[in-house]
Amino acid sequence: MAIVAHTSKSSRFGRPVLAWIVGLLFFFPIFWLVLTSFKTDADAVKPEFLIWFTPTLENYLNMTDNYDYWRFAQNSVITSVLATVFTLAVGIPSAYAMAFNPTRATKDILMWMLSTKMLPAAAVLYPMTFLAKSLGLFDTHFLIVLVLSLINLPIVVWMLFTYFKEIPKDIIEAGKMDGVNTWGEIREILIPLAWGGIASTALLCFIFCWNEAYWTVRLTTIDAATLSKLIEGNRAPEGLFFGRLSAVSTAAIAPIVVLGWFCQKQLVQGLTFGAVK
Amino acid sequence: MGRIVLENTTKSFGDVQVIPPLNLTIEDGEFAVFVGPSGCGKSTLLRMIAGLEDLTSGKIVIDDKDVTEVPPAQRGLAMVFQSYALYPHMTVRKNIGFPLRMEKMSQSEIDAKVDAAAKSLNLVDYLDRKPGQLSGGQRQRVAIGRAIVRDPSAFLFDEPLSNLDAALRVGMRLEISEMHQRMKTTMIYVTHDQVEAMTMADKIVVLQAGVIEQVGSPLDLYHKPRNIFVAGFIGSPKMNIFSGEEAAKFDAHSVGIRPEHLDVSTEGGIWKGTVGVAEHLGSDTFIHVHDTGLGDMFTVRISGDIAVTHGDTIYLTPHEGRMHRFDAQGMRIE
Repeated sequence: MAIVAHTSKSSRFGRPVLAWIVGLLFFFPIFWLVLTSFKTDADAVKPEFLIWFTPTLENYLNMTDNYDYWRFAQNSVITSVLATVFTLAVGIPSAYAMAFNPTRATKDILMWMLSTKMLPAAAVLYPMTFLAKSLGLFDTHFLIVLVLSLINLPIVVWMLFTYFKEIPKDIIEAGKMDGVNTWGEIREILIPLAWGGIASTALLCFIFCWNEAYWTVRLTTIDAATLSKLIEGNRAPEGLFFGRLSAVSTAAIAPIVVLGWFCQKQLVQGLTFGAVK
Repeated sequence: MGRIVLENTTKSFGDVQVIPPLNLTIEDGEFAVFVGPSGCGKSTLLRMIAGLEDLTSGKIVIDDKDVTEVPPAQRGLAMVFQSYALYPHMTVRKNIGFPLRMEKMSQSEIDAKVDAAAKSLNLVDYLDRKPGQLSGGQRQRVAIGRAIVRDPSAFLFDEPLSNLDAALRVGMRLEISEMHQRMKTTMIYVTHDQVEAMTMADKIVVLQAGVIEQVGSPLDLYHKPRNIFVAGFIGSPKMNIFSGEEAAKFDAHSVGIRPEHLDVSTEGGIWKGTVGVAEHLGSDTFIHVHDTGLGDMFTVRISGDIAVTHGDTIYLTPHEGRMHRFDAQGMRIE
């Protein structure tokens, strides 16, 4: 009994303390980023202004006036939304087929899809760039949507597959007996039943699209450039513009942080892959 | 109408043939029960009739129409699943009306049919609830309601009562039987429970490893089991079966005698044994007898009560003409 009491006592105080430490550790870079974004470039590198400094909005004003933040943001929204919609439009029927009409090859196909995520992106940098340019797709929304969709499709299919697997096969078969066609099964039964799973998958996919930097930086110049490109562009080869860079980064991550804040529950559910009910 | 004919139907999963060529006719209005131990292929057979499993070869004919390639919904059959398979996101009203909505029936017609079904199944008060808020028995009724509204030519039941507790099971068994008497629609009912088969069926189909062992009325199967498997499967408690020298005295390889066809005496009889356990049910007494020299333990069923306890020596005598004799292949000898 004494041991039990001891354990519960230590976990009651120990765990929250540990959670706070870990949480603050993760949060600190964000905090620092936001703090720096209100400093002038000159103040940002001076140790005496570490915490105490005169806040300025200069960086933010500079960003919207000179760097056209809103155009980059607009591109980010367009490509992330379209890529998420397209990924789900392909992913839902695929996962449905694999969950409810599996063949002998289904397991292998799923593994193969996952294996494509293990390919280092840099390995296909040249062919991708070459293809994009020769097809005249370089720096177009179409290309970015396509690339974002393709790189997220495996994980989306896997997640949806896991959620769909939890739906009893009987219910789908009852639908068949009741006269539903395949599209009706997806619309009337599958989507309503897996709604929570689909929503968290969509959210995660959107976040991955938004944060994607490797390809969006390399396959765009101006027209389809996203916020990742804006940050990259402010990496400032000419000097150390930490204040400016911080402001751009803060503005780039802000939408996703706000979105994540409102959808915490869905996100956690999505990240645990339906293991927790 | 609902006459269902299976002609040389087979089913294989990969290289494993679970249903060897099988022929069976279920007449219009008949209550047919597929019974057999688990894994005997009875559910697969039902799903083949429903159209949820493809046939490997052969064909299925419903009312003189070959439906082998026809999708499930167009076969005019309704199915009740073991798990009920209700749509959890829909209310009871929506669940029952779903097949009608899929048929593009008008809303007023759907409402009328759903209300009628709900009334006959005592579900009127629950129409606006979701399946999660219902008890097992109520869910079962909703599943039956969803089948009834379609006005099918035959109902298919896949072990519909196995998820219910014992008391509810008996009640639902009666309800389904009464429904059949009232509607006179063909019903095919799959179960592993021979009591359900005996009490509900017009025609029992006993299956083992995908093969039909016997087709007949419940009493046919009880009185004249075609082979040892059917003899042992139908009847509760199980038939006592022995072979060897004692069986040879009756010109048979094996001999079976049902527990209720044995007389018990403390003075004398054909076989002598020792009482292991005596189960007193009031109306009946089941006596499990050891050391009869006939191989396995013998079970005896005596109407009423009898004062025997563990360790008593008793004598058993079979009723005249109640012995079932089987040859070396396990087939019945007349």
